[in-house]
Amino acid sequence: MKVAITSSGNSLDSTLDKRFGRCSFFVIYNLESKGFEVIPNPARDSQEGAGPAAVQLVASKGVSKIVSGEFGIKIKPLLDSLQMQLIVLKEADKTIQDIIEMLNHKEV
Amino acid sequence: MFTIFVSNKRLIYMPRQKRLRRIVNPPHYTGFHPVGVEGDALPVLIPFEEYEAIRLSDYELLGQAQASVVMGVSRPTFTRIYESARRKVALAFVLGRPIVFEGGKVYFDSEWHKCNGCGCWFNHPQKSEPVASCPLCGSSHVEVCDVIPSDVDLAASVKELCVCSKCGFQKPHRHGQPCKNETCPMCGSPMRRKN
Repeated sequence: MKVAITSSGNSLDSTLDKRFGRCSFFVIYNLESKGFEVIPNPARDSQEGAGPAAVQLVASKGVSKIVSGEFGIKIKPLLDSLQMQLIVLKEADKTIQDIIEMLNHKEV
Repeated sequence: MFTIFVSNKRLIYMPRQKRLRRIVNPPHYTGFHPVGVEGDALPVLIPFEEYEAIRLSDYELLGQAQASVVMGVSRPTFTRIYESARRKVALAFVLGRPIVFEGGKVYFDSEWHKCNGCGCWFNHPQKSEPVASCPLCGSSHVEVCDVIPSDVDLAASVKELCVCSKCGFQKPHRHGQPCKNETCPMCGSPMRRKN
């Protein structure tokens, strides 16, 4: 199962990026293999439609859960129809490493 | 609502735009057909928000104030939607017309839950399975919550705030819930709208 985490930087020590559509990077974490990849977000600076473009990107990676700080109104129904689970974390300074640890902890 | 006499035809002719209603559980079928009626009677069109109003009030047995929060509209708006739904159902019953669910100013969402373990909110697109634990931290202390996280953001982002008249504490204003009915979480005094 793959989880996408919005990130402000491209390392595991970066903090969670609060926005989904306009985040800096996506960290795609694979719960089975415990591997991850970091992809920059090309839609970050687009004027409109950043959310749906970001949804296409994570959907193409086969993600089933997304962790971010907030999701815009254009994408919530889209992600619902794609059966992707949204996880909203409002704490500002969780690092990607923290979140991965929480996800691993859950499997145990 | 006030009217300014300017040559802005939009103000005079177009009604106010509807706020999108949140539909959590749409119907899995298209409608109803009365048994024993011949011919093709004109169907009664029931939009999704009216179906949802009946589902929340008459099936889930929520109060109208609580149901309006779930749908993300004000209490009077919810009552109008519900009343319209009931009248259409009565019309279909009495006249023997089929019912079709279609249309409406809605967006589809799943139920939001809050985890008391890690403080995150999450939704649940797999509507058929019950929610057992938090997808992030695995805690089983999860509960259904009415406040949709984005409503909190949207109100704050356009700076709609409730402010405490005594201690000055501010919090994001919830649409449809008057500030004067809110109590300050810091000192317990009544709050008012900031402007």
